[in-house]
Amino acid sequence: MSLVFRKTKMLTGKEMHYCPGCTHGIIHRLVAEALDELGAGGSAIGVAPVGCAVFAYEYFNCDMHEAAHGRAPAVATGIKRVHPDNIVFTYQGDGDLASIGAAEIVHAAARGENITVIFINNAIYGMTGGQMAPTTLPGQVTTTSPYGRDTAHCGFPIRMAEMLSTLQGPSYIARVAANSVKNIMNAKKSIVKAFQNQIDKKGFSLVEILSTCPTNWGMTPVEALEWVDRHMLPYYVPGVIKEAEE
Amino acid sequence: MTCITVDTERCKGCGLCVHACPRGIIRLDANTLNSKGFHTAACTDAGRCTGCAFCALMCPDVCITVYKEAGVCQSA
Amino acid sequence: MPKCLMKGNEAIAEAAVLAGCRFFFGYPITPQNQIPEYMARRMPEVGGCFLQAESEIAAINMVYGAAGAGARVMTSSSSPGISLKQEGISYIAGARLPCVIVNMVRGGPGLGGIQPAQSDYFQATRGGGHGDYRTVVLAPASVQEAAELTALAFDIADEYRIPVLLLGDGMLGQMMEPVEFGTYRPRKAVQKAWATDGTKGQRKPNVINSLYLDAAELEQVNNIIFDTHRRIQLNETRAELVNTDGCEVLLVAYGTTARLAKSVIELGKKQGMKIGLVRPVTLWPFPAGDIARLAAQPEVGAVLSVELSGGQMVDDVRIAVAGKKPVEFFGRTGGMVPMPEEILEQAIRVKKRYQNVLGFS
Repeated sequence: MSLVFRKTKMLTGKEMHYCPGCTHGIIHRLVAEALDELGAGGSAIGVAPVGCAVFAYEYFNCDMHEAAHGRAPAVATGIKRVHPDNIVFTYQGDGDLASIGAAEIVHAAARGENITVIFINNAIYGMTGGQMAPTTLPGQVTTTSPYGRDTAHCGFPIRMAEMLSTLQGPSYIARVAANSVKNIMNAKKSIVKAFQNQIDKKGFSLVEILSTCPTNWGMTPVEALEWVDRHMLPYYVPGVIKEAEE
Repeated sequence: MTCITVDTERCKGCGLCVHACPRGIIRLDANTLNSKGFHTAACTDAGRCTGCAFCALMCPDVCITVYKEAGVCQSA
Repeated sequence: MPKCLMKGNEAIAEAAVLAGCRFFFGYPITPQNQIPEYMARRMPEVGGCFLQAESEIAAINMVYGAAGAGARVMTSSSSPGISLKQEGISYIAGARLPCVIVNMVRGGPGLGGIQPAQSDYFQATRGGGHGDYRTVVLAPASVQEAAELTALAFDIADEYRIPVLLLGDGMLGQMMEPVEFGTYRPRKAVQKAWATDGTKGQRKPNVINSLYLDAAELEQVNNIIFDTHRRIQLNETRAELVNTDGCEVLLVAYGTTARLAKSVIELGKKQGMKIGLVRPVTLWPFPAGDIARLAAQPEVGAVLSVELSGGQMVDDVRIAVAGKKPVEFFGRTGGMVPMPEEILEQAIRVKKRYQNVLGFS
């Protein structure tokens, strides 16, 4: 009897607190598998966000730091400068990275910090109960855009991958999705590449992953997968946004 | 023959595996409740399982293990 | 609006709107999310402006801008977010601008917890940010009082040109109690001739500023601020006194802890023990006069400060009592809230401890 698939040892195995059907669990697994496959588990140091993934330090089987909301890229910078040969990564949501942490991510990217950033974009604030995020789509109803996001009042969602790609610092920026098996396989490739880049000392790498929030979107997990296809993919176009020349 | 096992205590009955299975042979079992109160996933027809592991790839709680030989088709 | 059952957070938001607040800038953080969410629904209804800022720092700077422009403006947050706002609050105080800041305190330090705490007392009452300033600090102990003090906060802020902090906690923000709006009598509206709204070619420019490189000039500005503080101390100090005449043990507690202290008084009565309570409603200015006067009563054996912290307000109680009676402290931290029986045990312990020392039976 042989095994086709089992849980990677880079996950602690602690039961995850995420809502049923939340893609955080899938992406945690992809990150853990990538670290495992690259043999980076023993050197990895991750930085957890403030958001639903605030307890990420309980799920990844490597050294982890808590960071204040939005400051993970700065915390990661501190760690990486002390341990340049360790694999340092951040795992951040859209509030953490694109709202309060907008300055920190821009400057970590501009400095070309040799870290890997995993950016979870689900167009909403999950942990605090469904408020608007910088990535919330026009017309999308959230608890702080109860009449639907009005672009005349509070502007348009930010495409972080494209914005950061205008900087010279980043070496790899990609956008993927976690809403189908095919997309998940593709996401895994990007995440592996983003870590390989760090191992090869190529500089700053970021993977933006379009994710679901069934609870705060007010739909079933399967409906949420379809919502990503219908509403998020047209605005947040997947692909390799930036890849620096060798 | 291939088969899956589901860690039913971890399963949150989210249904993503049901949706992902190309053969449609996974169901949330209405007769099973785990200690959290979820109806957990179960493979209904091991004979038709191809071992594609799409269910395991989709599972956010890493509940599913996929095997290449039969004889392990009971819930963990 | 008829009397209704409301969450503390929502009552504060509604009270602000009724007090004429038309600008709210905030950011999500537990346990105060209902405030920005309520404002997101309500501000468009009254032609006001709600904006979710990119961070608490951005929010307090939006408040600084709106306040300087002459508006009644509010922000809300919880402990870690209030820490972020300190620079902005210092700027607002230095520029002598009015605004209301709501802090629904949670367990700390750091990311801490989301349960109620009173561990931001030092931060709230000692200015909080850099520089020599204070903010007025109002501490409600019920949803009704939270609504009334929110309205008072705007009036005090405008009258004295000072930021006012409404200090609640996670319990007060989440609990639902009956609330009646309109019970607070607003003060006369203040003209804001100093505000930036365009000279229209008819007046000299107004400059909202806190930078004074000339030391003598900066000292002048500081003196104006200190003078304002003195006037506030004279006119705005508030406290509730419960069962304080001739009490054996004098409790000092505010907010949620004061509610517990009231139960402790009743428990004490059943045991024939006279326990009194000073409940500061303004934490700054602190009701030092009331505490000093009541502690001096011959029957009082000791003063016990009860807080959801490791002991912060107790410092101010000690200053007020000035060594005339022993001052003890009891508290729980991390979001733990004691039962009245636990506090009663402490009151009895304190009474016994000083019984022989002071020779009272």
